[in-house]
Amino acid sequence: MSTSKITLAKGLNMGLRKAMEDDDKVLLMGEDVGKLGGVFRITDGLQKDFGEDRVIDSPLAESGIVGTAVGMALRGYRPVVEIQFDGFVYPAYDQIVCQVAKYTYRSQGKVKMPIVIRIPFGGGIGAVEHHSESPEAQFAHTPGLKVVACSNPVDGYWMIQQAIAHDDPVIFLEPKRQYHADKAELDESATPEPLFTSRVVRAGSDATLLAYGPTVKTALKAAEAAESEGRNLEVIDLRTLSPLDMAPVYESVRRTGRCVVTHEAHVNLGMGAELSARVTEECFYSLEAPVLRVGAFDTPYPPSRIEEEYLPDLDRVLDAVDRTFSY
Amino acid sequence: MSDPSGFGPDLAEVFGPSQSDGGPDLVQLLTPEGERIHHPEFDHDFSAEELRGLYRDMVLTRRIDVEATALQRHGELGIWAQLLGQEAAQIGAGRALRPQDYVFPTYREHGVAYCKGVDPLRLLGLFRGVDQGGWDPNENNFGLYTIVIGAQTLHATGYAMGMQRDGVVGTGDPERDAAVIAHFGDGASSQGDVNEAFIFAASYNAPVVFFCQNNQWAISEPIERQTRIPLYQRALGFGFPGIRVDGNDVLATYAVTKAALQRAREGNGPSFVEAYTYRMGAHTTTDDPTRYRLNDELEHWKLKDPIERLKVYLRRNGLVDQQFFDDLDAEAKELGHHLREGCKALPDPKPLDQFGYVFSEMTDEIAAQRDGFAAYLESFEGAH
Repeated sequence: MSTSKITLAKGLNMGLRKAMEDDDKVLLMGEDVGKLGGVFRITDGLQKDFGEDRVIDSPLAESGIVGTAVGMALRGYRPVVEIQFDGFVYPAYDQIVCQVAKYTYRSQGKVKMPIVIRIPFGGGIGAVEHHSESPEAQFAHTPGLKVVACSNPVDGYWMIQQAIAHDDPVIFLEPKRQYHADKAELDESATPEPLFTSRVVRAGSDATLLAYGPTVKTALKAAEAAESEGRNLEVIDLRTLSPLDMAPVYESVRRTGRCVVTHEAHVNLGMGAELSARVTEECFYSLEAPVLRVGAFDTPYPPSRIEEEYLPDLDRVLDAVDRTFSY
Repeated sequence: MSDPSGFGPDLAEVFGPSQSDGGPDLVQLLTPEGERIHHPEFDHDFSAEELRGLYRDMVLTRRIDVEATALQRHGELGIWAQLLGQEAAQIGAGRALRPQDYVFPTYREHGVAYCKGVDPLRLLGLFRGVDQGGWDPNENNFGLYTIVIGAQTLHATGYAMGMQRDGVVGTGDPERDAAVIAHFGDGASSQGDVNEAFIFAASYNAPVVFFCQNNQWAISEPIERQTRIPLYQRALGFGFPGIRVDGNDVLATYAVTKAALQRAREGNGPSFVEAYTYRMGAHTTTDDPTRYRLNDELEHWKLKDPIERLKVYLRRNGLVDQQFFDDLDAEAKELGHHLREGCKALPDPKPLDQFGYVFSEMTDEIAAQRDGFAAYLESFEGAH
């Protein structure tokens, strides 16, 4: 059994390497992904080992990157493209929404689009404008796309391989704040859970916290803090945002009767709105309080000196938990 | 002449109005009067059989267009994108292709689809509203119609990059070497995607021919609204050659496209072909060109009709007899019958069909929505 302590960045890098070894149709493309290894070094060393034909440094044009990936997929390749930062995905939005998402439907299943679009997302790194955004709801709202978010190094390693092996397009969200933050033990011989599943990452009985990507860590910290106050919170890492895997969520909320959703994205029409609606529809008679949402204010991402006042943190999550107990 | 300010050449002189004859760089092998002329770079020794074949292709393509337009008028199609006047551009380009070459069309490439062996009846589904592309793109190497203007030029470039990786470019084996052709119009030349496709194709030396049918009008916007210089001259700025060909001359379009495709197959990279033509009809059957263009212009271009000039040449040189025209007329009638009857017989999709093929396998979420809708529909059965 080979185990190692790895960061999320390393897990993704190892996962990409493994996927490229397993299938020579897998190509990586993006800005600075080759010699530089990507601005976050996620593709570090891959061009050196797999060559310039398989790890492709692209011109600086996101629509071009995604649009050419569509053509490569039509030719039988499995392109994995990197959008350098969340806020730069919008030039590719038309290709993603009108072409990547619709090709299989348009062709009545004759054409598959096995494209992975990797997007480092979320804030908390002291960056300038457009480098800290959370656009997931815009893609989860689009039929034909699958959307997943990893939260930890081990999931990063497995989920990127599963996304690449999947026959439908996957928007793959990586919490950039976590890239080099924590290490975890990876057992490469383990069997991963299926890609499109949610997971209870902390068992509890008093309230259910739903999180994904960067806020999983926030939710776990909140649960620890709540424990010292005598409240036992269950935390679910959603992992998949489209399709949603609601069964573990319903099961949990029926037990706890309380649910708080947290994400870095704006609250208005964010993932929390959909989760809240579904939980309300399915667990109506179990709920002791309305589902509450903790996310960004409906303002653009602020200058980074005050971003910690914008991002949902442990205290704001606990404040929402307190409010669910006031009903 | 230089710019009055002294800053570079006088660009106002370079670009004429759309009624002009295409300028001095226009490649032409057959004049509007049906006179065969020769070109030092682009020429081809057409056999009588080839010439008759190209004529037949154009006549049948026009028949597809006329029949589909009539079907729309009779309410059998919701809309139709007409190609009237662009038969030579499409047949010239389509016949220059080899089976291994791949086509990325807009929604108007009915003539190219015909050349690639796609049953024209399959094209009607999209316009009738029974499907969104009823053919398998990999069966004939003819992609699905793309409605978002210019988006397919990037797909073409990516596909060509895939060909490079498959080792089917520049091997010297004519049965193996392949290229991609990306169709688009003058309006699309303003799109970011088209310009990005030029950049990617140039950067990777991808085997793609960018084939622009400049039909002078993007719905109501004249070519002068899209560009200040002739479109073919833009290519140089991206680092590959651009050629303007008489798009109403099927011989010249064939010869130029053939050379461009061969260049790509040999590994010499992308090129740009501007087929200088004219949209004789409306943008689509919902458009009314009388609101934005003068009849004089249409009359001017009628004299350059792509079919008429080849007919004159064939007759003048004794390459056809009355039997040829009679046979072709019968064939066109048969094609019209096939389209009329076939169109009306195209089955409507069923209400539950909308849930299929969103993904390669149906998700539980969509299956639940389908089942819920099915139960809802069933609740009306037997009700009055």
